Amino acid sequence: MQYLDFEQPIADLEKKIKELSELSVADDEVLSPEIKRLEKRVDELRESIFTNLTRWQRVQLARHPERPYTLDYIYKITENFVEIHGDRYHSDDKAIVGGFATIDGQSVVIMGHQKGRDTESRQYRRFGMANPEGYRKAHRLMKLGEKFDIPVITLLDTPGAYPGLEAEERGQAEAIAKNLKMMATLKVPIITVVIGEGASGGAIGIGMGNEVYMMENTWYSVISPESCSSILWKTWDYKEQAAAVLKLTAEDLEGMDIIDGIIKEPLGGAHRGPDQAAKAVKEQILESLKRLKKKSSEKLVESRIDKYANMGEFKKVSNNK
Amino acid sequence: MTWFKRKDKNIQTDQRKEMPEGVWVKVPKTGETVHRRELEDNLWVDPLSGYHFRIGSDEYFSFLFDKGEFEEIGQDIVPTDPLEFEDRKKYSDRLDEYQEKTGKTDAVRVGIGKMNDLDVVITCMDFNFIGGSMGSVVGERIGMAIDHARKNEKPLIIISQSGGARMMESVLSLMQMAKTSAKLAQLEESGVPYISLMTNPTTGGVTASFAMLGDFNIAEPEALIGFAGPRVIRQTIGRDLPEGFQRSEYLLDHGFLDFITPRPQIKGKLTKLIKILLHKYEE
Repeated sequence: MQYLDFEQPIADLEKKIKELSELSVADDEVLSPEIKRLEKRVDELRESIFTNLTRWQRVQLARHPERPYTLDYIYKITENFVEIHGDRYHSDDKAIVGGFATIDGQSVVIMGHQKGRDTESRQYRRFGMANPEGYRKAHRLMKLGEKFDIPVITLLDTPGAYPGLEAEERGQAEAIAKNLKMMATLKVPIITVVIGEGASGGAIGIGMGNEVYMMENTWYSVISPESCSSILWKTWDYKEQAAAVLKLTAEDLEGMDIIDGIIKEPLGGAHRGPDQAAKAVKEQILESLKRLKKKSSEKLVESRIDKYANMGEFKKVSNNK
Repeated sequence: MTWFKRKDKNIQTDQRKEMPEGVWVKVPKTGETVHRRELEDNLWVDPLSGYHFRIGSDEYFSFLFDKGEFEEIGQDIVPTDPLEFEDRKKYSDRLDEYQEKTGKTDAVRVGIGKMNDLDVVITCMDFNFIGGSMGSVVGERIGMAIDHARKNEKPLIIISQSGGARMMESVLSLMQMAKTSAKLAQLEESGVPYISLMTNPTTGGVTASFAMLGDFNIAEPEALIGFAGPRVIRQTIGRDLPEGFQRSEYLLDHGFLDFITPRPQIKGKLTKLIKILLHKYEE
């Protein structure tokens, strides 16, 4: 397991415990109590570190290389997954995956950004940064969901839409814009969960849920802390400060009424207990499905449009200033 | 190989000095000078090279609306600093400073009036207000413009010039993409025409929402239009960008624009198109 910089004290202690365990024989009167003591200490330490995370540390956790990705969740929470491919115009984007499946027997369309685990698969998945084809594949999937009256689940985990030459050539902006407009009036429920990184247009391009949830250690913002730092401070060095001022954590967004709730993760992050994390995601999806499936398609569209139309903070003043 | 040759002007996203002071004005494209009066008479387009200087809502409204007359809505919506955002400067100070400097309350204005006797709603962004960035106020005012167009069945024209979403409002500004697109989905169902006019530059979250969603997407010549900025793309792909990349002509060629019109012809062309759509020639 890979440790993040702020987890170093935990890593040190765990290493020490491992060393002692290797030295000690069963029922070692000297070492056993010591090991027990250290284990308790690790638990306390983890508890204290993870209940006081900074925003930047949340960003780090959201990017943890061992964190479960979209396909991990799909395999853990659905049955009968049938992946579908291609946008029917140009190609199949590997950074967005999706298809049909069942969750506890209920038909769903499920999709999300997909990252890779090793160097090769990271490149194959373009680090979870989709090209226009990815957004157009998502468009197809959602419209198929509507056609067959099947709810749509989208999982967000992207550092942004891919900023490449071909992406521009093939209309990255148009693909995202078209999805936003389409999602607004989709006649079936959309449930969105941020499972990792929710960066900018690339994230919301498949993220206009009737209900939107964030996992505890994820972030969602208009820009990454690094890019924000480079633009506003003219250097990459202020990413921690940028993360702080962007107010991009699940707690922040819940406070702003942008999301509908936070999905708890195991202590230490989703990667410390992927099954537990998936179970929590599944429970939330089932609960939302139960609620949203009761609504008529007119009501779903109307409430979705209202939800987004009401977002924004401004002052209203009298006209004669 | 000239195809990939570095052209510095290609990677600049901000020509700071739009509408310069002074009697003689230098044209960035040619280096020549032109008399200010001549430019003003030609709506800030260099008669020789066709270079389009950037202009704002004051100028667009003055020549698009008949006699420059219009009613403005949305001015009662003004920005706040919901996140108490501070980088090297406080967002609240930045807002004060830009309001002082530009005389505008935010980066978009909505005018209702007549264009060649046609009732229209014209929404125009101002790049000189924090780079024409879209925050909550821009989203709300555009939403008001769309609602007004829908309820009163008046054609909607949105003139974009923007660096994208406003970072200082973080996720709130991101949500304006969803908000404006959702409002346009409602407009779609009403059958009221929407024409998106993109000017230099139109990038980021503005392009990836309302600017690309027109029934007709049109642009001024040589405007930079894209999702990611050229600098970021160059960094990502590690090579120089082809000449003309992300310019209006490039987008037209790739099928994302309906046509490009020089500024002095925009009013006439928009009028003609809208009159056809509204069956005015049949009357």
